[in-house]
This record gives sequence, structure tokens and C-alpha cells, in this order.
Amino acid sequence: MLNSNAGQPQALSALQPYIEKGRQYAERVLALSNDSFEKTLAVAFALCLVGAILVAGSAVALKPLQQINKSRDEKVNILEVAGLLDKDTNIDEAFRNIEPRIVDLATGDYVDTVDARSYDQWKAAKDPALSVAIPPEKDTANIRRKPNQAKVYLVKEAGQLKSLILPVNGYGLWSTMFGFIALEADAQTVVGMNLYDQAETPGLGGEVVNPKWKALWKGKKVYNFTGKELHESNLTEKGQAIEIGEVALGLVKGGVEPGKPGAEFQVDALAGATLTSRGVSNLVQYWMSKEGYGVYLAKIRTGKI
Amino acid sequence: MNKEHTKVLVDPLVDNNPITLQVLGICSALAVTSQLSTALIMSLALTSVTAFSSAGIALIRNHVPSSIRIIAQMVIIASLVIVVDQMLKAFAYEISKQLSVFVGLIITNCIVMGRAEAYAMKNPPLESFLDGIGNGLGYSLILITVATVREVLGAGKLLGIDVLPLLKDGGWYVPNGLLLLPPSAFFLIGLLIWAVRTWKPQQVEKPDFAIVPAHGEAH
Repeated sequence: MLNSNAGQPQALSALQPYIEKGRQYAERVLALSNDSFEKTLAVAFALCLVGAILVAGSAVALKPLQQINKSRDEKVNILEVAGLLDKDTNIDEAFRNIEPRIVDLATGDYVDTVDARSYDQWKAAKDPALSVAIPPEKDTANIRRKPNQAKVYLVKEAGQLKSLILPVNGYGLWSTMFGFIALEADAQTVVGMNLYDQAETPGLGGEVVNPKWKALWKGKKVYNFTGKELHESNLTEKGQAIEIGEVALGLVKGGVEPGKPGAEFQVDALAGATLTSRGVSNLVQYWMSKEGYGVYLAKIRTGKI
Repeated sequence: MNKEHTKVLVDPLVDNNPITLQVLGICSALAVTSQLSTALIMSLALTSVTAFSSAGIALIRNHVPSSIRIIAQMVIIASLVIVVDQMLKAFAYEISKQLSVFVGLIITNCIVMGRAEAYAMKNPPLESFLDGIGNGLGYSLILITVATVREVLGAGKLLGIDVLPLLKDGGWYVPNGLLLLPPSAFFLIGLLIWAVRTWKPQQVEKPDFAIVPAHGEAH
């Protein structure tokens, strides 16, 4: 207490000559003609300094609040796709049943060396050390790079896996769309689809956020098992390959006829938004294939993990 | 508050409205008026930026070198807009997501620049501050009117609360989707300008050219 009281005037008095000099300089400059070279520079510098302090101050001071908003928003998106969001859901309460895990996309196994809470999959996709470039012929979702490790969310109920929430992205007409696909524990039936970040044409492609359209995804199936798509890495103890299955889920034009064979793999395309619809189909196809979560989902389905 | 102050504050509401008379700041008026909530936040953001930037510019108006006049104004305006944008992201996250780029675009809004250049460079801070508030309110008035019409007729709602029961929910109103698209704001602002100028004919601009009677017709 005594120290700080004694220290402050001392620090001030040490600065006193500089403050005095600054004041004298300011007085001299302000008295100059407005169009003089020196005053132009001095005014520009002083204005920039004040502007910079204002901007930096507000950005730093408000950052904690903004981050709370952001993480809350992400939680809301995740709860929504899993169908766990009601008007009066307590978000933090509901989120307690959801566990983030890191999955290695190539092997389909969980990775525990990375902190799942702080990992950001889409940031990692931009980091050359944590991601791979996708060869153009394989890049059907048009995303150029994919992270080596993905952050999935497991919804558990009484310790039992209830559903899986998988982050996906892909290019539509104007923008790269980011979202989640939620699957049931069978890794085959869709619980929900939520593209929360996109800039498609409002009213046309932008209808991907329409709750009515999103509701069409519920109950659809992802894979058609034809025995063709096998994953031959060392997945099983006996050296057998696991069947990944062919990704059949996609959007169709002209409406889905319920009851027709294959209808369980089809969702209505968006009216007037052919390219956005194609983009949504592509991103589902890409991320559900063995390039994306295919191997991981095959392991879930066969009980390997 | 003296008479001059009141005049500075009230004049831009109808008599010298930045949108209907000066036809400035139309871009954001088209983009953010499909819902009343976004229009209200945008109005608040623009009014505060105009008021504080005008006051700030008026404070230093006697010391701004004329060669960097516009840049100096832009520095003040841009800093304030970033501060407002950060505040929205912290306190009104949902709406700031909907407004997206349009908050940042307040920097280029002609109303802010126009008031800085036309008023704040020549008048003391208090008057400039009130002038900024007045013009911001003039802008807000039009934005809120347009947004109310668009949301009620386009979605049957106001501030997200059902006003006209929609046919698909068992009511009688069939919403007009056109009102949710940007062109409808053009039509509405056009109709508003027409209405205001019919009410106050002195706002009608004189034609740039008058047709001179053909030679010989005067006889």
C-alpha cells in the first residue's frame, strides 16, 4: 500500500519532463498553418494513434464476451442437429451428455493425444502440418484440403452411444458451407443435417437453413451395401476387410416418392438451387466416403470401436 | 437546448431526410430491412456512428489539413464502426450474424461521410453531435417504416411475433415473398419519396433543363 502510493508520484515525476516536452511540441504544431508539411504528418499520426487505441481497446476488451457467444452458438448448432434443442433447453446442461472426440480419418480410430475440447478441425484444415491437400480428381466437395483428424461429438444416454455428430463442409454455389450431420448409433440412419454457416442465395440455395427442408433428412439412410467398397487396411484381427458401403444418400430433383425403392436414400433437392443442391449432395458423398468418415463409421457399425 | 439545436435535430426527420430528400445510404436500407429487428439494430449502429464521428470531426475541424481531410474523417469513422461491430458481436451476436457485412459497410455509408463533410467540418462539436443524431434518426425512421411493411406483408410477423395468421398455419394470410427480396425495398422507398414530396411539394427538385418554346410559337 505504502509502496504503491510512494511509487506513483515518483513515476509521474520521472515522466514530467517528457510530458512537458510533448505539450510544448503539441502547442507548437497546433499553431502551425494547417497545410504545413509537419502539421499534416503530426495530425495524421495522432489521429491514427487514437483510432488504433480505440479499435485495439474494444477488440481486446470485448473478446471474452464474443468467445462465449461463439462457443454457445456452436453448442446450439450441435444440439440442434442432434434434435436435442427445445425452446427451454438449458444449453450447458444438455451439452453435458455430448462428448467431443478426435478421430483419425485415415484409420478411423480415436486419437487421445490431442485435446478434444480445444481442437478446431477447420483451423487444422488450413495448417499444412495437420492436413492434406486433396487431389483435384478426388475433391468432389471442392474443399481443397482436409484435416487429418476430425472432431466428432458423441451423444450418450446413460453411458450408451445414442448418436454421432460429424462436422462436414463443401462448396455450394457461392460459398463453402459448413455444417453437421448427425447419425444414429448404427452409423447408417440420419438424425439431422444442419448447415449453419453458408452464404448461398437467400430464398433459393439459402433455404438449406429452412427447418422444413432440414426435417426431410431425418430417418434417411447413408449407405447402400453392395459388397464393393471394402477397406483393406488392417482393420480386423482376422485380416478381413470391413465393408464401408457405397454412399447412396443424396438430393434428387422432382421430389422423392415415398415407398419407391431407394427413397430411403433420397432427399428433395432445393427448388431453384441446382448448384447448391449438387454441392450438398457432393459434401455428403465426400464426407461419408472413405475419404471422410467412411472408415470410422464402418468401425462403429461393426463394433470395432 | 435552444432553437437552433432543436432545428438541427428535427430537420432531418422529414424536411431534410437523408434518404427521401438526399437519397443517400440506400444500399443498407435495401439490405437490412427484411426484418424489423435487424433494421432497429442497424439504425442504432448508424445513428451512434454518425453522432460520435460528427462530434469527433467537429472537435478537430480547425486543425485538419485540407490535403488529408477525407482520410482524417475516414480514420475516425472507420474506428468507430469497428468499435460498434465489436460491441454487436459481444452483446447482440445473433443479429450481428444476420447483419454480417452491412455493419462494416457503415464506413462507406454516404450519410456518415456526408454529415462529416457538410456539417461537422464547419460547426462546433455539440451541434455536430445533434446533427448526427438527427440524421441518424431520419435514416432510422425510413428503415423502420420499410422494415415494418416488409416483415408484416412478407412474413406475416413483426419482430418475430405473428401478426397476420398465415394460411399454412391455418390462418388466412398468404405472404408476399417479393417483399422479402431486396427489390421490394426499392419500391417502398420510391413510394415513400413520392408520398413525402406530395405532402411537401417544396422538396420536388427543379428539372435540370426547361423546354424552350419553339421559335415562332410565342406569337
